[in-house]
Amino acid sequence: MSEALNLVLNPEIDASQAGPHFMLGDHACAEGALYAGCRFFAGYPITPATEIAEYLSERLPELGGQFIQMEDEIASMAAVLGASVAGAKSMTATSGPGFSLMVENLGLGYMMEVPTVVVNVQRGGPSTGLPTLVGQQDMMQARFGSHGDTTMIALAPQSPQEAFELTVHAFSIAERLRTPVLVMMDEVVGHMHERVIIPPPGQIPVFQRRRPDVPRAEYLPYRPGSDLVPPMALAGDGFAVRFTGLTHDESGKAVTTYDAQQLLVPRLREKILRNREAYERTELYRTEDASTLVVAYGITARAARRAVDLAREHGHPVGLFRLATVWPFPEERLRSLHDVRKIVVAEINLGQVVLEVERIAGGYAQVTHVGSAGGRVPSAEAIAEACESAAQRSP
Amino acid sequence: MRKEVRFAGFGGQGVILAAYVLGRAVSMHTPMHATMTQSYGPESRGGACEADVVVSDHEVDTPEVERPDILVLFSQEAVAKNLENVRSASLVLSDVDLVRLDGEVARKAVSLPFTRTADALGRRIVANMVMLGALTRASGLVPREAMEAAVAESVKPSTRELNLKAFDAGIRL
Repeated sequence: MSEALNLVLNPEIDASQAGPHFMLGDHACAEGALYAGCRFFAGYPITPATEIAEYLSERLPELGGQFIQMEDEIASMAAVLGASVAGAKSMTATSGPGFSLMVENLGLGYMMEVPTVVVNVQRGGPSTGLPTLVGQQDMMQARFGSHGDTTMIALAPQSPQEAFELTVHAFSIAERLRTPVLVMMDEVVGHMHERVIIPPPGQIPVFQRRRPDVPRAEYLPYRPGSDLVPPMALAGDGFAVRFTGLTHDESGKAVTTYDAQQLLVPRLREKILRNREAYERTELYRTEDASTLVVAYGITARAARRAVDLAREHGHPVGLFRLATVWPFPEERLRSLHDVRKIVVAEINLGQVVLEVERIAGGYAQVTHVGSAGGRVPSAEAIAEACESAAQRSP
Repeated sequence: MRKEVRFAGFGGQGVILAAYVLGRAVSMHTPMHATMTQSYGPESRGGACEADVVVSDHEVDTPEVERPDILVLFSQEAVAKNLENVRSASLVLSDVDLVRLDGEVARKAVSLPFTRTADALGRRIVANMVMLGALTRASGLVPREAMEAAVAESVKPSTRELNLKAFDAGIRL
């Protein structure tokens, strides 16, 4: 099968794009994928993610890779899982309506431990909602959209430069932890142009999939290493591999019992939670003396940063806790900011990541929310105002 | 320093390309920072169309343009959509044959024949480059050399000479 599709398993290094660009966020995301060695994309166009597919439809063939426009998002997700199982680094990109269709096979990816990257350039919803306007309303769908107790990883870039970097990073996380990784962009970041500096190949480390180091006869495709991640033989390598969405044992054989379930599903969770150093990225801004904290991600974090400056001009000690990794929520890092008593969560939805912040910090800090049902980024002034009234509220 | 620039007109007039050229000139040919955003959807293919550029000597925090410092108008409808901005902008550039400004104008208003000049060069489609030349001169925001480099990089090689000629004509208007 890999011959038939000409899958690129060992991509040649492409240095052609190294240097500065004035680049669209969606294109920067696509270049990040190529930098990481992605040579397979299957997707279905949808605003505001279309430019990722459009761009890769030209760039991938140049690099000997595969671009497939699929019949829909269900098939797109299936195709990127298949390509990855055969050894190619793969990606798909969509927005809310398409993401809804992808979550079924995304769950298959979590269960079969298939590395791949799924980009969701978020627009306003529900349903087809606001195709050309911004939202951050799929954060809880990303976290819990897939049925059956999944534990997953999601990143959220705040600029085209970071769209590039976090997409490179997403591939490394996916390969290192054998799991699909979500890049939760938003329409503004996807559709804005800014300076993007693409580093020379190798400057950002790219993790390559860990292959089995045991004789073929001894290989068990789901026997984990000490980091709880099983080395992955490629379909076609000559190792016996099985892939199923059913609960399975270490050989990959379906074993639908209580005992097999208790061995498998908690490990899928623990391999994510115990390897936080592989993916946890946060940024602190002016938090040294902050008793009030803004928590934000994606484009909203840029308004929040300005809000911090505005609130400080008015004498309020406010800081920013920016999530580049949103899921799993970097909870220890939030708790380590001991002086914080008030938290304002700014996001373009009616209250999603704020629920997680309440769970983590509700016992020691007052948590409030600034947001909307989508269509516009909250203004720096509105966030600053929320911070100031939070700071003035009695504890 | 943070300067907000808005280009407003109809889809097809090259409003978005003009914004791209300005953003590219700043990002690729000066140490400053630029963020460009634009209208998406059907309006960019014929209806009212806007593209915004934020130019800053620091990294741009919020990309939204609320009150442009520099406003470029390519249609009467764009005036109607930007009435407040016409009054508050420190520089308003408009096409003299397409836009009528009745008294309500800001501190500095420059009305010039962008489209007519492009017609004289043989291709109406380069009116946006004529305008960029005029903008470069009137605003002093970005060095001429940076703009010229960005113009040359942003158009097809076969039309490079014409676009640069249009840009130069705009500088001399």
